[in-house]
Amino acid sequence: MTEPVAASGIGSLAWLLLALPAFGATVLLIGGRRTDKWGHLLGCATVLGAFAYGVALFFETIGQTGERTSELHLFDWVPVNALNVEFGLRLDPLSLTFVLLITGVGSLIHIYSIGYMAHEAGRRKFFAYLNLFVAAMLLLVLGDGFVTLYFGWEGVGLASYLLIGWYQYKPEAASAAKKAFLMNRVGDLGLAIAIFILFKELGTTQYADVFARVGELSAAEVTAVTLLLLLGACGKSGQFPLQAWLPDAMAGPTPVSALIHAATMVTAGVYLIARANPIYNASADGRLVVMIIGAVTLIIGCVIGCAYDDFKKVLAYSTVSQIGYMILAVGLGPVGYALGIMHLLTHGFFKAGLFLGAGSVMHGMNDEGNIRRMGGLWRKMPVTFVTWTLGYLALIGFPFLSGYFSKDAIIAAAFSEHGWRGWVFGGAAALGAGITAFYMTRLLFLVFLGKPRWEDLKSEDGRAYHPHESGLTMTVPMILLAVGSVGAGAFFASGNNLANWLSPSLGELQEQHGVLDHNVVNFLVLGLSALGVLVAWLFFGRRAQPVERPERVSFVVRAARNDLYGNALNEALFARPGTWLTRALVFVDNKGVDGLVNGSAALLGGSSGRLRRLQTGFVRSYALSMLLGAIFVLGALLMVRFS
Amino acid sequence: MSWTLIALLLLPLAGSLVVAFLRGNDRTAKLVALAFALAELVIAVLAWVAYDPAGDRLQLTSSVEWIPAFGIHLSFGVDGIALVMIALIAFLVPVVIGGSWADKLPEGRSAGGFFALLLAMETGMVGVFAATDVFVFYVFFEAVLVPMYFLIGRFGGPNRQYAAMKFFLYSLLGGLVMLASVIGVYVAARDKLGSGTFDWATLVTVTKDLPLSTQIWLFLGFFIAFAIKAPLVPLHTWLPDAGAEAPVGAGVLLVGILDKIGTFGFLRYCLPLFPLASQELAPLVLVLAVAGVLYGSLLAVGQTDMKRFVAYTSIAHFGFIALGIFAFSSQAGAGAVLYMVNHGISTGMLFLVVGMVMARGGSRLIQDYGGMAKLTPVLGGLFFVAGLSSLALPGTNSFVSEFLVLIGSFPNQPVFTVLAAIGMVLAALYILWLYQRVFQGPVRGTALVDAVGGPGAALDPERASVPDLNKRELAVLAPLVALILVLGFYPQPVLDVITPSVGATLSEVGVTDPVAQEGK
Repeated sequence: MTEPVAASGIGSLAWLLLALPAFGATVLLIGGRRTDKWGHLLGCATVLGAFAYGVALFFETIGQTGERTSELHLFDWVPVNALNVEFGLRLDPLSLTFVLLITGVGSLIHIYSIGYMAHEAGRRKFFAYLNLFVAAMLLLVLGDGFVTLYFGWEGVGLASYLLIGWYQYKPEAASAAKKAFLMNRVGDLGLAIAIFILFKELGTTQYADVFARVGELSAAEVTAVTLLLLLGACGKSGQFPLQAWLPDAMAGPTPVSALIHAATMVTAGVYLIARANPIYNASADGRLVVMIIGAVTLIIGCVIGCAYDDFKKVLAYSTVSQIGYMILAVGLGPVGYALGIMHLLTHGFFKAGLFLGAGSVMHGMNDEGNIRRMGGLWRKMPVTFVTWTLGYLALIGFPFLSGYFSKDAIIAAAFSEHGWRGWVFGGAAALGAGITAFYMTRLLFLVFLGKPRWEDLKSEDGRAYHPHESGLTMTVPMILLAVGSVGAGAFFASGNNLANWLSPSLGELQEQHGVLDHNVVNFLVLGLSALGVLVAWLFFGRRAQPVERPERVSFVVRAARNDLYGNALNEALFARPGTWLTRALVFVDNKGVDGLVNGSAALLGGSSGRLRRLQTGFVRSYALSMLLGAIFVLGALLMVRFS
Repeated sequence: MSWTLIALLLLPLAGSLVVAFLRGNDRTAKLVALAFALAELVIAVLAWVAYDPAGDRLQLTSSVEWIPAFGIHLSFGVDGIALVMIALIAFLVPVVIGGSWADKLPEGRSAGGFFALLLAMETGMVGVFAATDVFVFYVFFEAVLVPMYFLIGRFGGPNRQYAAMKFFLYSLLGGLVMLASVIGVYVAARDKLGSGTFDWATLVTVTKDLPLSTQIWLFLGFFIAFAIKAPLVPLHTWLPDAGAEAPVGAGVLLVGILDKIGTFGFLRYCLPLFPLASQELAPLVLVLAVAGVLYGSLLAVGQTDMKRFVAYTSIAHFGFIALGIFAFSSQAGAGAVLYMVNHGISTGMLFLVVGMVMARGGSRLIQDYGGMAKLTPVLGGLFFVAGLSSLALPGTNSFVSEFLVLIGSFPNQPVFTVLAAIGMVLAALYILWLYQRVFQGPVRGTALVDAVGGPGAALDPERASVPDLNKRELAVLAPLVALILVLGFYPQPVLDVITPSVGATLSEVGVTDPVAQEGK
């Protein structure tokens, strides 16, 4: 593991990365309505400023030789004797990569939001929350210890809560926001307990010290820490069994879904595991569980993604599924860390682009999200169509686009495991690729191709649909993201560019040869994906689609439409028993505990009648109480004397 | 002989007398009360500056003989723990005065009486934390009940008589049990030293050598009194009644300060005086503490009354504090003390914003509200900030203390810590659910629906009869928000004052930190 040095050069200004967006958020929140006119510009300027600084820092770091890892100590945050939680930043290839992703995609989405949120009364507040998010996310990836990570971790949870609940007067948006925060807190609990174990055993929570001393932990402790960190990752990244909040989170405005619930925040779990790679390297059991969670989630996500008719929810389950791939990759250990990060980055481009495209479609369709009420939109929205389709091709792994390099590499790495692991994890990942091609092609046909189904319909508010292309502030970010969707993968993969750059943080990318060879996997995945596209065409492209969704469907489809009964399970296991427990306790507290304690007080006073009399005369009651006290005193004196 | 603490004791008392004589003129009474409270704050800042964290165990000491026959002295002094609590008192009282400025008082009550009682309370509270003579402590412990009894009983809600009497009886009974133990330690000192004393520093050297069984009995006397004050489950049922019926300002001081006398008492009296008993009985206390966290949280979830809700969240928070104190590590102990301060700030603010909501909606019941953020966005935002502090989000003050309590308790008590940590999830549930019901969703409740002009009507600012926060209310909440953030990011100045005193307390118990400091 690399020992960090103190940051110097422009690295010593790295606090600007946090300060700029935090400043924007503060001004906008305190300034209130006075900032209405220019609030969105300030919001964009602070993130663009952070991006510019990030680029400068990136190039300076590239210019360095050696380990390229430094730390910037800002102040002691929580110092109590043996515990010293520092507030500092760790500047290394991994964190700088995330800085560029967060501020880069963040800038594009800020700009897109100027147009998308133009009709909202509180637009400045929206930008304040977005700024808050960027600041918290940057702290998450830049913090130099587990507690600063936790700070950013809960901070992005707060921003996510505020933005999911943006339309807070709609009960479902408010509930979705609360659900997201709560399920995240369950995950945070795991992260917190992992931190407690590290402090107990190592006396520190700073990365540099923890990573240097992982060897002092017993096998059981390491495994416990890996599993608890994984619980945290599951909460934040919408992984099984904590995935249910992410689709509900689509109640937020679409730019939020693109930035927070696709490109950046939900990938924090992948970051956490990659960052903690020295710990995961020490526990094969822990990594196996990570792989299982990743594989299960990627299958769950794409199965449910096939069944939804809501544009954004399909994309949300697609995100769940794609993050499953990343989690699987980092679970593979040294053969997968860099691949997980590579897929995270390419996914950041194409999924953000897909969401922005969805937002552009909905913006032009009276905020309609039901894909059965769309169709044939490619004529009306050519830019949206082209950029969306490029993102689509990248996601399903069309040769030489981004996803082809990043997703196939993960599948190949899974097949490079030995024995049953190779077959199971590789098989799940390859199967997932086929299903992904199916549900994404379904979206393409239902939204953009085929005959228009919206011409005779009206939206909920009674208006006719007049789909139209969006303005420049929205299309330009989509075009830029499309460029990334096309080219990023090739750039990252050529000559192992990305893996080499990340090696000071993640170790060298290793290779192994397991059950299937890389080239075989390549053809297998291409074949499965082509099959998925073909089947989707047979079902949704070849024939006209009904506006109402068919109700006479098989059990599998019904299960998928109900999130494979995940919510029902949560309801039955936690929500309903919890409600009953709470009600019972309130009853017991009001009747039982209170009555019991009052009753014994009355007993001390002689009778309950006397208790009532106590309330009538202040002096008399005091006298009586003094008498009681005297008895106690006498008792105590005897006790002391004779013991 | 330092005059600082004496000034801190006498100034509010003098203010109370002056204000009490200004009955006819409410406005003058308020201004004079505020002036005295601010002067007190200035002296408290001076005391903070004069205190040396690396210095003696007790500082700013003063002592005058009171009842020579029993060796009772009017002696005062502070350690870091008492100092931060006195600073919290001096900070909260002016905030409370500002917050109660426009309260509607019950028929026939004057503002002068109300504010005179608040200032009298301040003297009593400072006395409890500053006393270094156990008998004087006992006197203040009981004396502080009187103004609070009248604040609740004369100025409270519809059920105030019942609530005030319940509060009084609980505390009084606890106090009497404690009195027995106070006399017990006096007797023990007389047996050992030949002449009796109530001097805390002397007693500490005497009682620690008592046999375990004696220590347990004496410990219990103090403990029961403090467990009622703090309150720990199952001795907590007076708090929701008292908190709900108390006027908002008195409620802030009740939950923010008076209840801390219990947890302060654990640290100052139970632990150093009876080290063997403390260690012996710690598991029992930890069970009560964790039960309090979970039970208080679940009950908070189930409340239908906002003020009772705040009281139950406090019961959960006191569970965390008790856990930190009896887990015996410097991190947990410092976290517990910091928690005492932070809880005063965040729950104080929560009480105040609940009061502001009630002043607009005219009801304590949650079901009478909905969608209020639409009418009062600033109040909604500040309510949310108070809530975030209450659920211990990083960046707010409470995170630091809750984190310290948990991480410090874990090495010695992993099982209790993990159970208490579940309270983190429950806290998110009760806070966000309350916020959702009151501030989010469609506008509901008679008062609010009238304000927007009927159910489902679009908001018309012209006729909105529910105003957002005014300048006075903003000025009351602003310092609280500032402290929430400052202590969330930079708690070090406070921790520096607390940590040595907590360390001294733990060495009086005879325990060492489970995680040792390297290189020192």
